[in-house]
Amino acid sequence: MSDIAERVKKITVEHLDVDAAKVEPKASFIDDLGADSLDIVELVMAFEEEFDIEIPDDAAETIQTVGDAIAYIEKNNA
Amino acid sequence: MFDLTGKTALVTGATGGIGGAIATALHARGATVAISGTRAEKLEGLEKELGERVHVLPCNLSDLEAVDALPGQAVEAMGSLDILISNAGVTRDQIFMRMKEDEWDDVLRINLTAYHRLAKACLRGMAKKRFGRIIGITSVVGVMGNAGQANYAASKAGMIGMSKSLAQEMATRGITVNCVAPGFIATAMTDALSDQQKEAIYGKIPAGKMGTPEDIASAVVYLASDEAGYVTGQTLHVNGGMVMI
Repeated sequence: MSDIAERVKKITVEHLDVDAAKVEPKASFIDDLGADSLDIVELVMAFEEEFDIEIPDDAAETIQTVGDAIAYIEKNNA
Repeated sequence: MFDLTGKTALVTGATGGIGGAIATALHARGATVAISGTRAEKLEGLEKELGERVHVLPCNLSDLEAVDALPGQAVEAMGSLDILISNAGVTRDQIFMRMKEDEWDDVLRINLTAYHRLAKACLRGMAKKRFGRIIGITSVVGVMGNAGQANYAASKAGMIGMSKSLAQEMATRGITVNCVAPGFIATAMTDALSDQQKEAIYGKIPAGKMGTPEDIASAVVYLASDEAGYVTGQTLHVNGGMVMI
């Protein structure tokens, strides 16, 4: 797993208080990890802080799984 | 009951009668307070009076960039921000038909938009901490209306609507959002009324007198306390029975 994937996983586990084993790339934040809409907003803010990037609202809407988050950050974390 | 030791609070409009009383009451319960307003020398006077656990943060609330920065400055000064009291407000009274656009815009910007900006800038820290108290000082006028104050009444009603919506969004995060709605309170603003005007007002208040800034401050202390953790989206009316909702 890349460094970015590890950090995304760590933030997700901490924030949603879920078992690390469940946080795999295809896991949906809402359907599999029990997040609500406010959790998503908070997660996106946490990713922005961790990786020092801006995630605009329309991009945030496309981030539904852990893998989506990793892919977006890998692409935009120049 | 109502112990605020270890809590940090930002009070805007702390140079006014009600704002000063709120800062004093929160401080007396043990909170560390950041006091904000436009008149720095008045804030420094209050700081001297209160002694320890006080930070002065002058801010002009009509400058929205300065408003955005204010909660961050409070966190810098105090290490955190648990309690936001949005108390600053202005009036530009005018009969509706003669009200100028800038009289409308100024009041909405300073009373309502600044509340929105302040609350927004506080939320991230409060959500992380799973604790927060956001309290807007609105007015009875926001609920009952008042001839000559369409702009002020709209801004105060807007604060109530915003608070209720934000309360619903943040309830699961331990953040409560409430309003306190003063009726007629004895301050510099009401001192300017004539005796005849005052008598007319007393006739409408079952308690037969104006309230004091301390009456408002006590309501704020309650809503800021741990004991009020299950109270959110409410407007606490403190008006001597003038309006009962």
